[in-house]
Amino acid sequence: MTADTGYENPAPRKGFFTDTSVCIGCKACEVACKEWNLIPEDGLELTGMSYDNTVGLGADTWRHVAFIEQRKPLGGQESTASAASTVDLGMPAMPGAADRSEFRWLMASDVCKHCTEAACLDVCPTGALFRTEFDTVVVQEDICNGCGYCVPACPYGVIDQREDDGRVWKCTMCYDRVGDGMEPACAKACPTDSIQFGDLDELRERADERLAQLHDAGIDDARLYGRDPDDGVGGNGAFFLLLDEPEVYGFPPAPKVTTRDLPAMWRRAGLAAATLLTGLAATFLGRKR
Amino acid sequence: MTGPVRDGTDVRADATSPPERTAVVGARKRGRRGRRGEQPMVPDAEFTSYYGRPVLNKPTWHAGDIAGYLFLGGLAGASSILAAGAQLTGRRALARSCRVGALVGISGSLYALVHDLGRPARFLNMLRTVKPSSPMSVGTWILMAYGPAAGAAAVSDLTGLLPRAGRAATLGAAVVGPAVASYTAVLVADTAVPSWHEGHRELPFVFVGSAAAAAGGLGMIAAPVGEAGPARRAAVLGGVLELAAAKRMEAGMGLAAEPLRTGKAGRLMRAAKALTVTGALLGGVLGRKSRVASVLGGAAALAGSACTRFGVFHAGVASAEDPKYTVVPQREQLDRRGG
Repeated sequence: MTADTGYENPAPRKGFFTDTSVCIGCKACEVACKEWNLIPEDGLELTGMSYDNTVGLGADTWRHVAFIEQRKPLGGQESTASAASTVDLGMPAMPGAADRSEFRWLMASDVCKHCTEAACLDVCPTGALFRTEFDTVVVQEDICNGCGYCVPACPYGVIDQREDDGRVWKCTMCYDRVGDGMEPACAKACPTDSIQFGDLDELRERADERLAQLHDAGIDDARLYGRDPDDGVGGNGAFFLLLDEPEVYGFPPAPKVTTRDLPAMWRRAGLAAATLLTGLAATFLGRKR
Repeated sequence: MTGPVRDGTDVRADATSPPERTAVVGARKRGRRGRRGEQPMVPDAEFTSYYGRPVLNKPTWHAGDIAGYLFLGGLAGASSILAAGAQLTGRRALARSCRVGALVGISGSLYALVHDLGRPARFLNMLRTVKPSSPMSVGTWILMAYGPAAGAAAVSDLTGLLPRAGRAATLGAAVVGPAVASYTAVLVADTAVPSWHEGHRELPFVFVGSAAAAAGGLGMIAAPVGEAGPARRAAVLGGVLELAAAKRMEAGMGLAAEPLRTGKAGRLMRAAKALTVTGALLGGVLGRKSRVASVLGGAAALAGSACTRFGVFHAGVASAEDPKYTVVPQREQLDRRGG
């Protein structure tokens, strides 16, 4: 909520809209992000699980392209090789050949969500994590002391500690570029405009239109993720159009900022502290032994 | 035509019957849980994930440092209360051992906390702000108030210097001590880690119970039997509170209780229970007559408290490593809401 950020004349909130329905899995976003932000190399192993060798977001991966194979038609998709248009040559059939048209490949470029209510920022004890004038969430690397509290606080598994460095790192939504009126490196590099950068209000409108378009085209699985300002984190600054349930992509289905429960937690801790004090005081009552 | 069922939730079905060649998007294949003593409390849930990868980034904290701190901080906080009570009732040996125990505990805590930082030299950055939304910031300021008081109380007692200030410091440490012992529950619960967060209502009571048992254990070991009555009662009361609160906590945590019962955390929690009960019976009951029983019971109570903290710590890490504990409860919540 821009009103809460403490800036007197805040710029319109900036955000990412990642439309995964046009992602082609080229990983240009990953590369552009690494290049621009000078992120160190973090291993060149092959996972063997798909074309995804980056695995997930972390200290040295601020954009991550997920690859998911499914036996499922993309909405409205029909096989061109129908029985009527082909001639049976009596060739041995491939087992399960009839199923082969039903295949889709989901690709999605994940990134820090820049939550409206950001748990990482809430729990940071040094103030290293702060909210920028663009309503994004950024780590000040000269202040972070590597306490690591933000790591388990993030409900999306985004921020992480860089081992040899000790501090935590994550997407800044290219704070340096945005401040100069440029779009973030990933959005700039994306060849299909799967990653769109802009004013969040405008992106939300655009996403709503795109969702309606896909639903009209028969792609009923399409849904927006992180767009709703009433969700458990007050909505995301970086939100997504997905073609399946969020957990398929490795997203939590219903994330919640844990600090919402903090007042209740402090009350319970206060009660427990009082219990401890009175309980131990009571051990001195009675017998003089 | 026969073939795999391909309705709207094809992927979810993959978890149980992966098609021949598609990437297995779903539950990591897990071996049957046939190990002794580990009956699944909740049937394995069917859920979808990204190649079984965790949703969360697991805590980077080291068990030795942070679970160790949870234990030492609790020991220190509760010891300071016992020290003040002993001071007010003229139990000088008990007061001294609790004051020294508190100082040792809080010094160890401070060492562990700084040691666990990625940039220990920047520890003082903690003091550049006061942030009520961060339990770690609140905790830092609690320790800043508590540490010097606990230190002054112990040093004055050992050296005989400034006795009046030492007595005042003892009372001061006893006032802040309960906060030291209880805030750590909020520290771990205020995260997205399922087995820490879901227990947030009862965890403070588990932790203060564990702290009281530890301080009681310390008193039983260090003070003569004649003065250790309050320590014995603390070990019993603390143990009862800890075990009752833990039971209640697990009952209310749903799926997130599972990591507290399985694997390394499960073993630690079972050991904690056995040791805490042993400490209470051996030290708290038999310790009234026997110095040996007092020392053995005290050691068991201390070890039980430590096992509780390490158990809770490891359960949290395990719950962050498996996407099941994040996805299943959230999916159920969505389905209930009709999402």
